Amino acid sequence: MFDKDRWQEIWITITHNKSRSVLTAFGVFWGMLMLVLMVGAGNALEEGMTSQIEGFATNSCFFESQRTSLPYKGFRKGRRWDMTNSDLPVIREKVTNMQYLSPVLFARGEGNNVVRGEKNGSYLVKGCYPEYDLIEKSKMLYGRYVNDIDIAEKRKVCVIGERIHEVLFQKDEDPTGKQIRVNGIYFKVIGVARGTSGVSIGGQTAETVVLPFSTMQQAFNMGNIIHFLAATANDGVPVKVVQDKILEILKQQHQIAPDDKEAIFTMNIEEQFKMFNYLGIGIASLIWLVGLGTLIAGAIGVSNIMLVTVRERTKEIGIRRAMGATPRDIIGQILSESVVLTVLAGLTGIVVGVGILRATGIVLSQGDQFFKDPQISFTMAVGSLIILIIIGTFAGYIPAQRAMLIKPVEAISEE
Amino acid sequence: MIHIRQLHKSYHTEALSLHVLKGLNLDIEAGEYVSVTGASGSGKSTLLNILGILDSYDQGEYHLNGSLIKNLSEREAAVYRNEMIGFVFQSFNLINFKNALENVALPLYYKKVSRKKRNIIAMEHLDKMGLKDWAKHLPNELSGGQKQRVAIARAMISNPKVILADEPTGALDSTTTLEVMDVLTNLNREGITTIIVTHEQSVSDATNRIIHLKDGMIEYETRKNNGVHDMIQSVNF
Repeated sequence: MFDKDRWQEIWITITHNKSRSVLTAFGVFWGMLMLVLMVGAGNALEEGMTSQIEGFATNSCFFESQRTSLPYKGFRKGRRWDMTNSDLPVIREKVTNMQYLSPVLFARGEGNNVVRGEKNGSYLVKGCYPEYDLIEKSKMLYGRYVNDIDIAEKRKVCVIGERIHEVLFQKDEDPTGKQIRVNGIYFKVIGVARGTSGVSIGGQTAETVVLPFSTMQQAFNMGNIIHFLAATANDGVPVKVVQDKILEILKQQHQIAPDDKEAIFTMNIEEQFKMFNYLGIGIASLIWLVGLGTLIAGAIGVSNIMLVTVRERTKEIGIRRAMGATPRDIIGQILSESVVLTVLAGLTGIVVGVGILRATGIVLSQGDQFFKDPQISFTMAVGSLIILIIIGTFAGYIPAQRAMLIKPVEAISEE
Repeated sequence: MIHIRQLHKSYHTEALSLHVLKGLNLDIEAGEYVSVTGASGSGKSTLLNILGILDSYDQGEYHLNGSLIKNLSEREAAVYRNEMIGFVFQSFNLINFKNALENVALPLYYKKVSRKKRNIIAMEHLDKMGLKDWAKHLPNELSGGQKQRVAIARAMISNPKVILADEPTGALDSTTTLEVMDVLTNLNREGITTIIVTHEQSVSDATNRIIHLKDGMIEYETRKNNGVHDMIQSVNF
């Protein structure tokens, strides 16, 4: 099997019949190239998706008030309503499986609402609880996030996004302790945040000013209303359980018909994430199905062309037999040729494919976030090699059988 | 060297069965120089294929160098062919993508001789045929006579006991025919049993014994005495 001489003999046969070898091998080359490109692209898509959701608690759910769609307890349908502070203790008490709960307020001032001296910009203002940072995780570049004492004392402090820091402050200037004006009121900067996820509620973290929730309600005369509610479930508890319970409580608290599906907008990230996963699995299966299909088609091509080739080589094989080649020698030769061709073609396919993916990766590294670092794993490459050897053996089997049946006398009498 | 007793061989197709060899007896001693002639259909090619263990036979016995050649597996047949017999064909049967040297060395490859060693031996044989300078040429770059000499070198490389030549000059002009026959005659003089199937009289005349086949039997044979065959009736063929 690992006789050097034998491989030389095969190599001579392959290289001295270049066009035949190239034609035979092309199908497998193409199949492998397609498989690598598609798997690479699929991985990139998945990687892109995952990186979008990374840093965002996948066990979270969200609620926002909408108009009611059903009349209930004397209220007409189409009524506007708001979540309020009084909902929070009820939810905390009744939803036992809940991990974190944070109400959120949004405000976007007129024009350039965030000002420091001469510099200003138009940014989203968001009021949050400290827990919010555990749901939509941010990286603190300076200082700290909002804490419980800020909430309790309704301190006039703020966390600014990375981009706001760049606009309002000098590069590398520590902004903590500095005052900025947000929607007409001065707040002391306590930190600079950078988003860690592609997903964020309301707007990008980099362009958001975060105030303590209680401070925001009071400072901007928002009464006791809540715009948005974010909650997470305890580990091991499906988010759906927490989500349904909170929905039920909110409906009770605000006289909303239990079967009103439109009054509360709600979203379950876990289910979105699952969908992402299923989508990923779906794409991957499709890729493997198509890729392996192409590869098998390539292998059948190899088998077919080798069959034709064996016919064409009847004379050569007959001569070899007359010169003392045993049937095993012939089978070995045809099988080895098939495997060598398949593996060479497959490896070329992998190398070209990886090269294309590399090039694409470099081009894409600047831009599009949904398509990130297209690459295939080393395991896949090694796995493919094994698959190729198996495919090559199968592809060569029938032609080898056919070749073995050639009698030397047939070959020689053929003119 | 070759002892054949009551050899029968038939070919069967769906439509008809053809009794080609009908109880043939033949003895060829080591070192003989023999030609087999006969009309087409007389069974000479069949006989040669059986002698070369390229084909099987139905009845009788065939002893080659003391071994009974009967009901051999493909593998055993391959080994005998490799060790005992050198073939020379009308259409040369060189492998067209291998150069002269590689073609000559091929039987040694199946004898598991290392590449280096077999190339050296092959070169010696080519040299003997006066083709040393053509070693790296592909068959289609050689003339007919050169190709046949390459084929003879290939037949000789495994030091066979018997050379079987099937119309070795059938594809050659008269000058090259003489040239190739000289080569074969010289080989025979070195002691190799040589059997040539031919329908050319100039070829059979060069051999020492002519066997005339007719309808699967030996019709008659002639032996050379003082350089002349004593019966020349074969002109009619």
